[in-house]
Amino acid sequence: MKKFNRWFGKNLIRIYAVMGFTYLFIPIVYTFVFSFNDYVRSNLVWRGFTFDNWTDPCAPLDICPALGNSIKIGLIATAGATLLGTLIAFALARYAFKGRGIVNTLIFLPMATPELVLGASLLTMFLDLGFNPGFWTIVIAHVMFCISFVVVTVKARIASLDPRLEQAAMDLYANEAETFRRVTLPLVAPGIAGGALLAFSLSFDDFIITNFNSGTTITFPLYVYTHAERGLPAQANVIGVSMFLLALFVVLAGQFVGRKRKVSA
Amino acid sequence: MVAIARKSGGANPLDSLRQKVAMPYLLLLPGMLWLIIFFLSPILTLVSTSTKVPGMGIGEFVQEYRWANYWDAITAMQTQFIRTFFYAIIATLLALAISYPLAYAIAFKSGRWKNVLLVLVVAPFFCSFILRTIAWRQILAQDGIVFKTLEFLHLISPDTRLTSSAFAVVTGLAYNFLPFMTLPLYASLERIDPRTMEASGDLYANGITTFRKVTLPLSMPGVVAGTLLTFIPAAGDFVNAQILGNPSTTMIGNVINAQYLQTTNYPLAATLSFILMIAILIIVLVYIRKSGTDELV
Amino acid sequence: MSDASTSAKGDLQLRNITKTYGDFNAVDDLTLTIPEGSFFALLGPSGCGKTTTLRMIAGLEEPTAGTIHVGSTEITDMKPYRRPVNTVFQNYALFPHLSIFENVAFGLRRRGIKDVKEQVDKVLQLVELPHLAERKPTQLSGGQQQRIAVARAIVNRPALLLLDEPLGALDLKLRRQMQIELKWIQTEVGLTFVHVTHDQEEAMTMADTIAVMNEGRIEQMGTPADLYDNPQTAFVANFLGQSNLIKGNVVATDGDSHTVDLFGQKVKVNKNRSVARDSSILFGIRPEKIRIQENSHTNSGCVLEGGTIVDVSYIGVSTQYQVEMPWGQELMVFEQNDDGIPPLAKGDSVKLSWEPVFSFGLNGHEDASAGSEVNPTEDE
Repeated sequence: MKKFNRWFGKNLIRIYAVMGFTYLFIPIVYTFVFSFNDYVRSNLVWRGFTFDNWTDPCAPLDICPALGNSIKIGLIATAGATLLGTLIAFALARYAFKGRGIVNTLIFLPMATPELVLGASLLTMFLDLGFNPGFWTIVIAHVMFCISFVVVTVKARIASLDPRLEQAAMDLYANEAETFRRVTLPLVAPGIAGGALLAFSLSFDDFIITNFNSGTTITFPLYVYTHAERGLPAQANVIGVSMFLLALFVVLAGQFVGRKRKVSA
Repeated sequence: MVAIARKSGGANPLDSLRQKVAMPYLLLLPGMLWLIIFFLSPILTLVSTSTKVPGMGIGEFVQEYRWANYWDAITAMQTQFIRTFFYAIIATLLALAISYPLAYAIAFKSGRWKNVLLVLVVAPFFCSFILRTIAWRQILAQDGIVFKTLEFLHLISPDTRLTSSAFAVVTGLAYNFLPFMTLPLYASLERIDPRTMEASGDLYANGITTFRKVTLPLSMPGVVAGTLLTFIPAAGDFVNAQILGNPSTTMIGNVINAQYLQTTNYPLAATLSFILMIAILIIVLVYIRKSGTDELV
Repeated sequence: MSDASTSAKGDLQLRNITKTYGDFNAVDDLTLTIPEGSFFALLGPSGCGKTTTLRMIAGLEEPTAGTIHVGSTEITDMKPYRRPVNTVFQNYALFPHLSIFENVAFGLRRRGIKDVKEQVDKVLQLVELPHLAERKPTQLSGGQQQRIAVARAIVNRPALLLLDEPLGALDLKLRRQMQIELKWIQTEVGLTFVHVTHDQEEAMTMADTIAVMNEGRIEQMGTPADLYDNPQTAFVANFLGQSNLIKGNVVATDGDSHTVDLFGQKVKVNKNRSVARDSSILFGIRPEKIRIQENSHTNSGCVLEGGTIVDVSYIGVSTQYQVEMPWGQELMVFEQNDDGIPPLAKGDSVKLSWEPVFSFGLNGHEDASAGSEVNPTEDE
């Protein structure tokens, strides 16, 4: 018993971590299990095991177009936010200029404003201007709220760069442009990739802002929300779990390739 | 001497480039324009809408600069406001209590699994936020596995409800924003040199004292960032209250959402939105001031 | 814009270089010529302006006033990438995302050189690390990274190679080995090396000429032996090795030597080894030049009597004594353990003696402790 107490004390934090992960994954497991449910109309009660939902994920009307919209919006918004955010991050990290305080405030405010207010105010403006909300208003909104997150991520990476590396490049006959292309950019790239990944995941999973500015366009989270009351098809679970597994696979594969390259080089 | 050395060491060959005054503004221009047009001006539109009053036709509003709208809104929605901040604070504390040991374990106890575990913290993000909330509703439902188990163990009576309750809303909020809490915590814990903790142990501090006097203070930037990133979306959320709550757990987000999209009382919705935004900003700024972190971004 | 990266050759000349930060002069009206092909060291404590000087030569910092020439080409305002100068950075600054080969090839590629592979292979041979070409910098040890940093710079055959505390991050043993190797590489490639360091031993081992810097100025310049044997200032006497400096007065001059009165005892110093401007003198003698004996002995040369040993440290090859003199000053004496006589003990009354040729005289109005309290291991 004493031995057990000692072990318990030593591994308390690990036990706690396992519990934490369990908590995180309970809904994922539930969603996964119910993706195999042979449902009728609503996917609330277990009726039996089937692969049908996985073999035909596009069966319910609108679900795949919604997913397609989410991916398209995610990619466009990520590209836009990453470009704009990276430019701002370089300006903030590399230059002394007047108005830095104003810029910092304008970056900080969207992060401190609830999505509801962001979405609602943007809709108010679009309506005032007589704009019809739709695909592009969603893209505009997503770029807007993702910029700040990209700025923060990329700026941190630039700040952690050793200035001597760029000095060394210039010392070795690289002019400003070459230094940027050959040294600065490759070294900041992981930060930019991280910012882009963050932007995509925020955009892909966004419901609140999208809900305000979508008009008749349906994204995957909107689809799930509107069908939650009437009965959500199990194909939604299939798509959710697939996206989860895909993300896991991409990141882990990236990690693995990175490690492999390090070892073999 | 130190200041001088730093000065001479910190200068950059890009100095000459830096002297091109226009460069930073060129880099800032597109992003800042985007934020001014699609963030700042909507917020100003919001303020202007908030003082309008209903006009002649249905769904028509005229600008009367009626600032009393704010007072009316606060009086009418007092309960929802208080409830919102109460839920958000409890959810933030809950998320902190769950995330801190988790981040600590990943930072110091995970060895070569560190990166994999980090990915696992973020991965649930990709399985839609709403899907996961619905999953919680089903799991906690009257005929769900959690309820049945607890009932079987006689821990709850059959007429208690786990869903459609304040409990479900708060845990749902805590759950949904957990990665926002865990990642900044991990980032600041990971930066701590484990030797500082060993040194503390060497200087006669026990585990708890070491945590209180060394680890926690050093991880404060992460705690501040994490609590803010959790509190802000939690205070503005309506999805959790919608899916996991009941009419008496209505948060201000639900009211705003309904006023916009169902009642289409835009002035009231705008007023409430702006009050929410300002209230959150005040709380955030006071909190940042108190915790001594001045770096906002 | 002219490109001197390959054409300029010749001596490096700094003329009246000043660098000011706010109201602080980091480098103060510095004029210096470094001959082509020499191994030159800028030695000084942290904050003395040596790194700033190096960075101005590299083009990483602009002088507030003055000019820099390589041969007849002025490079004062030239961009770093147009200068015939390459730098071995402190902590090496190897590009972490590039292989060792690509690190070394970086400068060659930027200049559009044709036979990159051949030249890189050759220089990797020179630093004896050809087998690491495909590795990434993080997979190398400190010593290996150091050699790659040198290779990356010398492969460009610059007119000048600048080394900024190149061995600071290495442990003592490796540092000794790299000192010898760097010296060898310099002879092998025949380039001008300008080496910045706070480590006097490192400077003395490698450099032909050393300039000792203090507070933005050059205190003294010369060969290592010259600086050590004939220090001109208290700072140099204390910063390069250790010195006993005693306040005194020149009371007589006969032939080629001064007679100096040190608190009542008379000693001699060679006239041409003294830089005292008037009768006030700082009389100097290195600790290892002093013989220490019990009071009863008779001596030749100069003698100071009435000392008391207050501390003894036995360090193997020698024994170090702290001797308190009648006027209260403590003098250092290093005695080789080569005579089989057991060391003297704390409390013993002793007298100190030396050959007059070893003593030197400094300006008596100087602060005798200048340069002795600076911590030479502190990084800049």
